[in-house]
Amino acid sequence: MLKHIRPALTVLIGLTLITGLLYPLAITGIAGVLFPEQANGSLIERNGQIVGSALIGQNFTQDRYFHGRPSATTAPDPKDSTKTIDAPYNAANSMGSNLGPTSKALADRIKADVDKLKTENPAQPVPVDLVTASGSGLDPNMSPEAALFQVPRVAKARGLPEDGVRALVATHTEARLMGWLGEPRVNVLRLNLALDQGGGR
Amino acid sequence: MTLIGWIQIALFCLIIVALAAPVGGYMTRVFNGERTFLSPVLKPVEAGLYRLAGVDESTEQHWLTYTIAMLLFHVGGFFIIYLLMRWQEFLPFNPAGQSPVPPELSFNTAISFITNTNWQNYGGESTLSYLVQMLGLTHQNFLSAVTGIVLAVALIRGFARASAKTIGNFWVDITRCTLYILLPICVPYALFLIWQGMPQTLGAYVDATTLEGAKQTIAVGPVASQVAIKMLGTNGGGFFNANAAHPFENPTALTNFVQMLSILVLGAAMTNVFGRMVGNQRQGWAILAAMGVLFIAGVAVCYWAEANGTATLNVLGLAGGNMEGKEVRFGIVASALFAVVTTAASCGAVNAMHDSFTALGGMIPMINMQLGEIVVGGVGAGLYGMLMFVVITVFVAGLMVGRTPEYVGKKIEAKDVKMAMLAILILPLMMLGWTAIAVVYPPAVASIANAGPHGFSEVLYAYTSQAANNGSAFGGLTGNTPFYNVSGAIAMFVGRFWVIVPMMAIAGSLAAKRIVPPSLGTFPTTGGLFVGLLVGVILIVGGLTFFPALALGPIVEHLAMQAGSVF
Repeated sequence: MLKHIRPALTVLIGLTLITGLLYPLAITGIAGVLFPEQANGSLIERNGQIVGSALIGQNFTQDRYFHGRPSATTAPDPKDSTKTIDAPYNAANSMGSNLGPTSKALADRIKADVDKLKTENPAQPVPVDLVTASGSGLDPNMSPEAALFQVPRVAKARGLPEDGVRALVATHTEARLMGWLGEPRVNVLRLNLALDQGGGR
Repeated sequence: MTLIGWIQIALFCLIIVALAAPVGGYMTRVFNGERTFLSPVLKPVEAGLYRLAGVDESTEQHWLTYTIAMLLFHVGGFFIIYLLMRWQEFLPFNPAGQSPVPPELSFNTAISFITNTNWQNYGGESTLSYLVQMLGLTHQNFLSAVTGIVLAVALIRGFARASAKTIGNFWVDITRCTLYILLPICVPYALFLIWQGMPQTLGAYVDATTLEGAKQTIAVGPVASQVAIKMLGTNGGGFFNANAAHPFENPTALTNFVQMLSILVLGAAMTNVFGRMVGNQRQGWAILAAMGVLFIAGVAVCYWAEANGTATLNVLGLAGGNMEGKEVRFGIVASALFAVVTTAASCGAVNAMHDSFTALGGMIPMINMQLGEIVVGGVGAGLYGMLMFVVITVFVAGLMVGRTPEYVGKKIEAKDVKMAMLAILILPLMMLGWTAIAVVYPPAVASIANAGPHGFSEVLYAYTSQAANNGSAFGGLTGNTPFYNVSGAIAMFVGRFWVIVPMMAIAGSLAAKRIVPPSLGTFPTTGGLFVGLLVGVILIVGGLTFFPALALGPIVEHLAMQAGSVF
């Protein structure tokens, strides 16, 4: 047994330093040179202020913005740290709703959201991704259908022509990679930034 | 289900099959100690490490010595993680100021990572410092994966050698596997992930002011270096709580596709390593074929179930499948495929919340793990698990014709079959036994999030995943309680090492045997008949063991859903 202790300790420490310190630090160093933007979180600045990350969704509630998908993330309750409160798009505590297919809470939530969206735009069918919470609670995207569904509301709130807003959605729609990989999608934050910069006229 | 969806699945399978032989060939050279194109750079590092450790490269070990060396190595790994977690507040690389992790949670996590499970009772971004993520978790992501691979190689040597006393040198095998196989893949892989948008920084979390003026704290960190090995080593422990569903941990459809490939590539290649070492690559292809049958069946059911959606959605006329808990950039097909891939292997990374899958869609990952993750399987662990079933299969075939069973030239005797049964039977004991206790123990019942049969599924999934060393979860269950932390750690530990020890005993026993030349009466193990029989044995053993439990959970839930019930 004793004669195994030396190799056990030496190999363990040697490989731990190589894989646990040398490797991640080397990758961090190379990434900082080759891909500094991505390595720091694909942050977006406006007027010198960080407004978010291109990869992380954020909470939109005003009519003048496109809204992303429901988010189930939470944060500690400031009044009682043993409890949590709803905090949509909390990018320091990613999570999904974890509600199952026969959950009454889920059925009620979806029904309420669908009813609300139907009053906003009775003309179109409600897209499924607009009433289902994402896995991370931070989904930066929505489907093109979900964006088009919200065009009448956004156009009205901003006094823009619907056709102009629809065209803006079209230019922000990303197709499948090479025509087969992934799903068509719209980045909500980038679309809203484009609106703020005067897009959609 | 769509045509484009099936094209994604078909291309995925084709690429895995195409990679098996070249990667398997390279791995075989490494384990045979032959020169590779990386030798000029890595040989000095390797030799230096042996000199420091006092290891003689050319001396091999008996199976028992090999196993003891492996166990000792893990004791050390356990303490590194445990102590780093307990003391993280006093150590560097902690810009978020994370406080010490409580003892039970540290215990659970340390066991979880040394057993290649990576069960997450913690939320990465809210609990752990960067130092723990790197020095604790990233390093064990490498070493637990390496352990799985070298143990499988030891077993293969048992089959391949004749009248031998030794099965390799543990220290040499793990050093070579880390330096020549895992690290050289991880470096370009991590850089690719960063290029696609994955963060890799030691800087603090970023405060942003959203367009509506709210404050958003964005967790970042050295993510890519960990994710690369998390996938390649079928570990699956996420840097973030939401794992590969988190946009930073899986930014694009392309990273998702490559991550799925990297989960299965080494496991598939191990079947080829087996074929090469026993001198007939068709033996490896036959095993991969049996894995492929089970894999494609699982993908078809899971994809169909998720694309059909749930009663809740369909009643409201919401088309497009069950998107609750899924990300738009992956959609239904890449989420369903990922769920099957991650549980076919012992990975356990998730890109969608399995708890929100349909009843049948969520049952497929459970079945994959209950079969012992032999459908390609974890790196190494999948192959040795599968070879246990092969031993049983040739035994059953031998019983049918009344001959002593043989496999790749080795007689399979009573002792070997007993050991294989011991390895196979321990998993149901851990999975079903702990589930039975948890569903009648009030503090454990209180952790269940969903009511009705889905609640039972949450508990069954938890112990299934931990005993099988997978690590994915029906995440609604509150696992961070003393009961689940301790019982889960036991399930993970026993599920890993109680399989390994009998398996190594078989390796030793086989190595010592003579090679029997094939005769007319030898059952050919490279054809369709063998593949069919192997799949049959796996499904019968798995079905008989787990069908009653599955009937109480997902199956009854599916029937309830069709009847329009909610809980």
